[in-house]
Amino acid sequence: MYLTKKLQLKIIEDIMIKKVYEDSVNYFQVMDENGVIDKSQMSNYIDDSKITEMYKWMSLTRAADSKVISLQRQGRAVTYGPSVGEEATQVGSAMAMAPKDILVPNFRQHGSYFVRGLPLYNFFLYWKGYEEGMDGTKAINATPYTVPVATQLLHAVGLAFGQKYLKTDANVLTYVGDGGTSEGNFYEALNFAGELKLPIVFIIENNQWAISTPVSKQTAASTLAQKAIAAGFKGVQVDGNDPLAVFKATHDALENADEGPMLIESITYRLSFHTTSDDPTKYRTEAEVDEWLKKDPLKRVRTYLEKKGLWNESRQEVMDAENAKRINEAVEKSEQFKPNPKTIFENIYSFMPDTLKDEEDAAINSGFWQQGSY
Amino acid sequence: MMANMNSAINSALNIVMRDDEKAIILGEDVGKDGGVFRVTEGLLAKYGEQRVIDTPLSEAGIVGTSIGMALSGLHPVAEIQFAGFMYLAFDQLVSHAARYRSRTRSTWKVPMVVRTPVSGGVRTLEHHAESPEAYYAHSGGLIILEPSNPYDAKGLLIKAMHMEDPVLFLEPTRLYRLFRQEIPEGSYEVPIGKANIIREGTDLTIVTYGTMVPIVNNVVSKKGINAEIIDLRTINPLDEKTILQSVEKTGRVMIVHEAELSFGVGAEIAARISEKALFKLNAPIMRVASPSLPYPFPSYEQFYLPNERKVSEAIDKIMSS
Repeated sequence: MYLTKKLQLKIIEDIMIKKVYEDSVNYFQVMDENGVIDKSQMSNYIDDSKITEMYKWMSLTRAADSKVISLQRQGRAVTYGPSVGEEATQVGSAMAMAPKDILVPNFRQHGSYFVRGLPLYNFFLYWKGYEEGMDGTKAINATPYTVPVATQLLHAVGLAFGQKYLKTDANVLTYVGDGGTSEGNFYEALNFAGELKLPIVFIIENNQWAISTPVSKQTAASTLAQKAIAAGFKGVQVDGNDPLAVFKATHDALENADEGPMLIESITYRLSFHTTSDDPTKYRTEAEVDEWLKKDPLKRVRTYLEKKGLWNESRQEVMDAENAKRINEAVEKSEQFKPNPKTIFENIYSFMPDTLKDEEDAAINSGFWQQGSY
Repeated sequence: MMANMNSAINSALNIVMRDDEKAIILGEDVGKDGGVFRVTEGLLAKYGEQRVIDTPLSEAGIVGTSIGMALSGLHPVAEIQFAGFMYLAFDQLVSHAARYRSRTRSTWKVPMVVRTPVSGGVRTLEHHAESPEAYYAHSGGLIILEPSNPYDAKGLLIKAMHMEDPVLFLEPTRLYRLFRQEIPEGSYEVPIGKANIIREGTDLTIVTYGTMVPIVNNVVSKKGINAEIIDLRTINPLDEKTILQSVEKTGRVMIVHEAELSFGVGAEIAARISEKALFKLNAPIMRVASPSLPYPFPSYEQFYLPNERKVSEAIDKIMSS
């Protein structure tokens, strides 16, 4: 006899005598899209000066973003994945970190890097296509941009193990996109971190789109946060366009990281393209983008600050001019960078193998790297 | 001490764990079980669960986590239970372990050793007899070691753990307990990137490594020919100098490995000899390897693996050409 799935489930429910597991996923928001704060969700460690700081970091991130895009369009930067729309997730979480904590980003957390102190020069140098841009990451306790999706999560797990083992009292904060939650490395990382009870916070920067694939095509699960439950720890959803909510969730998770990992699904939206190489109008509607524009993180925070009398048009102009000046100086400096072709040979091993040395010498004698020679 | 390769590696691990608190052993069943080949036996009892970690069954997890441990200043030595399961960690090895240093211009380093049993001849299940060295040797940034005797196994592993590079340490299962040899009880290093001339000769150079070393050695002894046998020990970076010097002396060269013939380590060596010593050769370069097809089930491996007879016939052929 074949039973319909519904009937099977009904029978299972009827005969079920013992519930072996139950959990839930909560969602929260502190500041809504109109810039109104829900006082019941507010924490005493967030004040107006912190909110102003958030606004400034988010604004710098957006300005740097649009600069790289414009450079890329002129052939002066490489393919670039902007963070526009996702600034609250990046800035809000990175601001909750202690300096000793370690940041493990993917390839889009530009705002997190800025908050941690990555010099703008390094940022623009990297996006001009030079690894040297990443030589500034260790000094700010961050790992370099990682491109293969979700692979960085395992490095974060190992780093968290190191902090626990070496008793540094530092925690690790790492990011993955919504698409990344479909990768095996994502589950392996969560499972390892849960089993080893490591001081790590995973942030899913759920920007709704993995290039042209919507999150609804990544999974049948109703939230991404619930994926933590199977790994034995808590998951929570936050409004990822609300930097206060992101800050609070991250802060609390880091505060309790000695008790084990935490997963935060930060619900945001990629207002721009995946990278400079795709055209989102091919796969999503303008109406959808318009809806999310109303929830823009910068807009809501500015509205709040203006209502409080902490911000106005002239302050905005001063900040914009200052950001533009810093960015232009960094770009100019990065364009003066003189690459040394030897560096691609000499940073592979802790020693120089004879065979590689031969290749290096041959390359140098031929002068093949001379600019414009290919 | 008298040691087989298995106990020599165990001794090396014991020394690095004793001397460096940053050394961490991790892998599947490496703790209480001492690993499926018992290579890590006794280490959990000595160094505790914090340093000898039975991990979840997750190869990418083990290697990816090891990379993170290395970034944090530790020196992990991970075990992947069989090389045939390491493909799940391939991405972590070639996309990250090999590249992290260059990606950050040596600011971040990945001091790490990944140990894994390789090669066949011991009648195992499918995927337990792979010889995958060429896959990894093709990625600059990784160091690939494969010892053929207890002395080299211990010294190479200790050396690997004293370096700040990512090292893949391939252990031929067939050699784990094949023979014993006198090795130093304490710490010593065998250099990386330096092949070992295990027998000097003037008429033929045989370049080999891993499981094929004892086979080649037996054949040369039995035939009584004046052949020079080079045991690579390090596959990448290749000790080209030792090979070329020998070839220039003998004028004949044969490369013997267990891995598949096509696109293998032998092809790389043959190409380098062709580029740099072609006119010193008195005969075409010859390769002896397994056929270019997936490793067969155990009852077919006798038809697949290079054996003494295949090597012997190849020697006859190259000496008469």
